[in-house]
Amino acid sequence: MNLFEYLRPASLDEAIAAARAPGATYLAGGTNLLDLMKIGVQTPRTIIDISRLPGLDRIERLADGATRVGAMVRNADLARDADFAANYPAVAEALLSGASAQLRNAASLGGNLMQQTRCSYFQDPHSACNRREPGSGCAALDGETRNHAVIGWSDQCIATHPSDFCVPLAALGAVVEVAGPGGTRDLPIAQLHMLPDATSPGGTTLAPGEMITGLRLPPEAAAFRDNARYLKLRERTSFAFAVVSVAAMLRMEGDVIAEARLALGGVAAQPWRRAEAEAVLAGAKPGDDAIAAAAEALMAGARPSGDNAHKITLAKRLIQKALHLAAAGTPAVMPALPASVFTSEPAERGEPADV
Amino acid sequence: MPLSISLIVNGEQKDIALEDPRATLLDVLRDRIGLTGTKKGCDRGQCGACTVLIDGRRINSCLSLAASQDGAEITTIEGLAAGDDLHPVQAAFIETDGFQCGYCTPGQIMSALGLIREGIADDDPERIREAMSGNICRCAAYQGITEAVIKANARMRDTQESQS
Repeated sequence: MNLFEYLRPASLDEAIAAARAPGATYLAGGTNLLDLMKIGVQTPRTIIDISRLPGLDRIERLADGATRVGAMVRNADLARDADFAANYPAVAEALLSGASAQLRNAASLGGNLMQQTRCSYFQDPHSACNRREPGSGCAALDGETRNHAVIGWSDQCIATHPSDFCVPLAALGAVVEVAGPGGTRDLPIAQLHMLPDATSPGGTTLAPGEMITGLRLPPEAAAFRDNARYLKLRERTSFAFAVVSVAAMLRMEGDVIAEARLALGGVAAQPWRRAEAEAVLAGAKPGDDAIAAAAEALMAGARPSGDNAHKITLAKRLIQKALHLAAAGTPAVMPALPASVFTSEPAERGEPADV
Repeated sequence: MPLSISLIVNGEQKDIALEDPRATLLDVLRDRIGLTGTKKGCDRGQCGACTVLIDGRRINSCLSLAASQDGAEITTIEGLAAGDDLHPVQAAFIETDGFQCGYCTPGQIMSALGLIREGIADDDPERIREAMSGNICRCAAYQGITEAVIKANARMRDTQESQS
């Protein structure tokens, strides 16, 4: 780890002013930043500890029905907040499917949104990586690509955004609250993580010195509470990043889908959401044909970035499974293995208990 | 200029001058305070051997700067037993053979205690295994560890010690 100056400002304004120093970075829960510093991938000269800034640790229901969550709310606290979990069950399930209990106790909302890709070539300072060192190339292109993108990638970068949390947030149209040297602004989460293109490897759209201070779920987001699931395929059932994950949420009117929300994780440099896929489901019954058509629409344009064509098949199947489970209803209690397709409880598989 | 921090470790106040801001909470516990029960395994938040309670919550002490924890109340494995009387979680690990070589055990025990205090353990082995997935055991004593959590949870429920 490189040597740095440690600052713990007392106010948001002080923190933003301190971030003008070259090589400054914000420290929140530390679960990603300290890890990357230990392996020499991040080398900040100044660390601005924002973990105790006042006012960033609240979960509030606003008058219009929206929910606001401060940037320093820890992942575990948000997932276990009874009101939040009841209104946004797929978000809670996604949070509980990520990392380990210890990491969820430390990791913050803002840090989760700002976390770096887990591409192993990004994490290896000896490998070429356009994200880490612009212009150096992409070693992943000819490498091990199981955890890499199958949609929205370019030769600049084939990494994926690793967050589980961001996937249902994208589906629900969350709005990110940002503060910086130029004041405050609202940013739709769909505009936070840039896809790579022919000349850029992607990354976040925050300007230097900007900080996430919170996030809002719009009033209509709670309308999906009765039919919401997050499913995640991974190398082991717990404490692993997604190979492919799906947030599927439905607002039912009788046996018809009035509105659908659908997003994928593990397949692109941003949570992958497409209006066309949701439009396929609106007004349809949640039958096999409509659900299969939605899966095709969401994966339109997918192509392997290496030896990972199987992820396209996995994604289509997982989308369908998640939509069927969402149609069957949000589980009454959080599954013992959040987001897992494996479970010993029939009700969680959408089957009657006596099967 | 050294940073001065103050920690309450197992009920005792420790004032520490940090010459180097890079020191993690784990480094300070082991090298400055001399509490070597908390282990350094992977040092990257993946194995759980460094688990301690901060203000009652289990975290990986290797992924936290000591400077960030100024003023916090830390509980380590050394803070559990009362003299020769083992804490219920320690006793349960011995009774169920919840370890072999013992290197991961302090972290396992602190994680188990954190889990019991979270109140979500129930007695469901599947929930316990999921909640303990941040602690790796090279000797694979997982069966005994799961049984230890169930046993300790029941005992602490009976004696209301989980409230303490």
